[in-house]
Amino acid sequence: MDNAKTYNYTVVRQFALMTVVWGIVGMLVGVLIAAQLRWPELNFDIPWLTYGRLRPLHTNAVIFAFGGSSLFATSYYVVQRTCHARLFAGGLAAFTFWGWQAIIVLAAVTLPLGITSGKEYAELEWPIDILITLVWVSYAIVFFGTIAKRKTPHIYVANWFFGAFILTVAILHLVNSAAVPVSFWKSYSAYAGVQDAMVQWWYGHNAVGFFLTAGFLGMMYYFIPKQAGRPVYSYRLSVVHFWALIFTYMWAGPHHLHYTALPDWAQSLGMVFSLILLAPSWGGMINGMMTLSGAWHKLRSDPILKFLIVSLSFYGMSTFEGPMMSIKTVNALSHYTDWTIGHVHSGALGWVGLVAMGSIYYLIPRLWGRATMYSVPLINMHFWMATIGIVLYIAAMWIAGVMQGLLWRAVSDDGTLTYTFVEVVKYTYPFYTIRLLGGLLYLAGMFVMAYNVWKTVAGQQAVNAPIPAVAAAHA
Amino acid sequence: MDINTMRSIVTVVAFVAFIGIVLWAYSDRSKAAFEQAALLPFDEDDDVIGHGERK
Repeated sequence: MDNAKTYNYTVVRQFALMTVVWGIVGMLVGVLIAAQLRWPELNFDIPWLTYGRLRPLHTNAVIFAFGGSSLFATSYYVVQRTCHARLFAGGLAAFTFWGWQAIIVLAAVTLPLGITSGKEYAELEWPIDILITLVWVSYAIVFFGTIAKRKTPHIYVANWFFGAFILTVAILHLVNSAAVPVSFWKSYSAYAGVQDAMVQWWYGHNAVGFFLTAGFLGMMYYFIPKQAGRPVYSYRLSVVHFWALIFTYMWAGPHHLHYTALPDWAQSLGMVFSLILLAPSWGGMINGMMTLSGAWHKLRSDPILKFLIVSLSFYGMSTFEGPMMSIKTVNALSHYTDWTIGHVHSGALGWVGLVAMGSIYYLIPRLWGRATMYSVPLINMHFWMATIGIVLYIAAMWIAGVMQGLLWRAVSDDGTLTYTFVEVVKYTYPFYTIRLLGGLLYLAGMFVMAYNVWKTVAGQQAVNAPIPAVAAAHA
Repeated sequence: MDINTMRSIVTVVAFVAFIGIVLWAYSDRSKAAFEQAALLPFDEDDDVIGHGERK
């Protein structure tokens, strides 16, 4: 078929497949370092395999490689389908794919070598940061260019979320990665002291808010209505949801710096805005869930819908837990314990992971011209493996975290600490084992997904859907 | 003008803008347009059906 009359699914297919590949890689590294926490000798005394170097590799791989690829795939698909327009600047779109893969490979090489700027979730050194900037600007041109040439009168809400994610991540990356290079692989932050810490967590929390939330809400607002076969519960609520999230998230970063050198007023401000965030978060969750009202029975038979809706439950849980943990007195207990790790993974495995997987299961058959995945029971099996894995993981980390928080601050009658640090580490071992089991189950589910995707795609011809000839007549 | 006064003004303007957005979203005038917009993902023949299975 003529290119101009079909959607550009090539780049969507590429990113969709790499989502599965990088998911396996990133989660495998996560499982390895989880095992290292229980059995430290598993680094085999090889510097490249030490926890300190692999942990940033794990976070970069799951957030930017797995999560990032899924965001590219879904945003390119959704923006074309809801704008009735082929992707703007196809060559540039191809560059975003190959550029993003190159960045991931560079990360996988430099981080184990110990090349890092030391900023959490922004560890990559300045030459890679420049490449990220180039790819991201291209992404913005492709995405907003497609919106500009849309044939539909309205910009669908999913595109608002994707657009906010692209724009904000560009700003966050540019500001937080500002650095003074001293050699090709070493630079120092442009900021110093507590300002550096504040910039870092302004970045860090908004990476959660815009990369891991706004972008994935874009998926939620398209794939849940499509899979449920009914429009979103309240479009007006989605508009308010969007703007409330945009106006609030930017202020929440200081809650990562409670009881530090950051001025008290800034800490309290961060806490208050984190508490306010509960409202838009739950508004969005309710909007997604209520889309199913009147069609709840579909949850019984449709495992893709299970992925999407259960991911919203985890979104609701972690966006309740987050504001609670930002309260300074709660944070005094939870910070620097495994509770934080549990919270992050309830959001990452539960919300981000499940909604991405559900969306990819929706996409894969459509990109290769099939009615369904090779095996629907295998999707269901993956769903249960992932869900049980998450529950094991977060329950273990909650218990471990609260225990650590309580024991580390316990004081004896003579004013000394009751427990040494290492004693508490020893008490944590059983929970590290349970966490490892949960992670293994989640990773195994990813292998089931890879098999299912392989069987769906192998031998199939790639299909590019036609663009509707006449724009929707409802203008 | 003092930079902190500017900051306060921006904060207040942002808050007022947000209230304005809420009123606009829930006004009767925009009701129909939003109901149309919600149907956007369903505006076309769906997806797989019609392309068929290929070997």
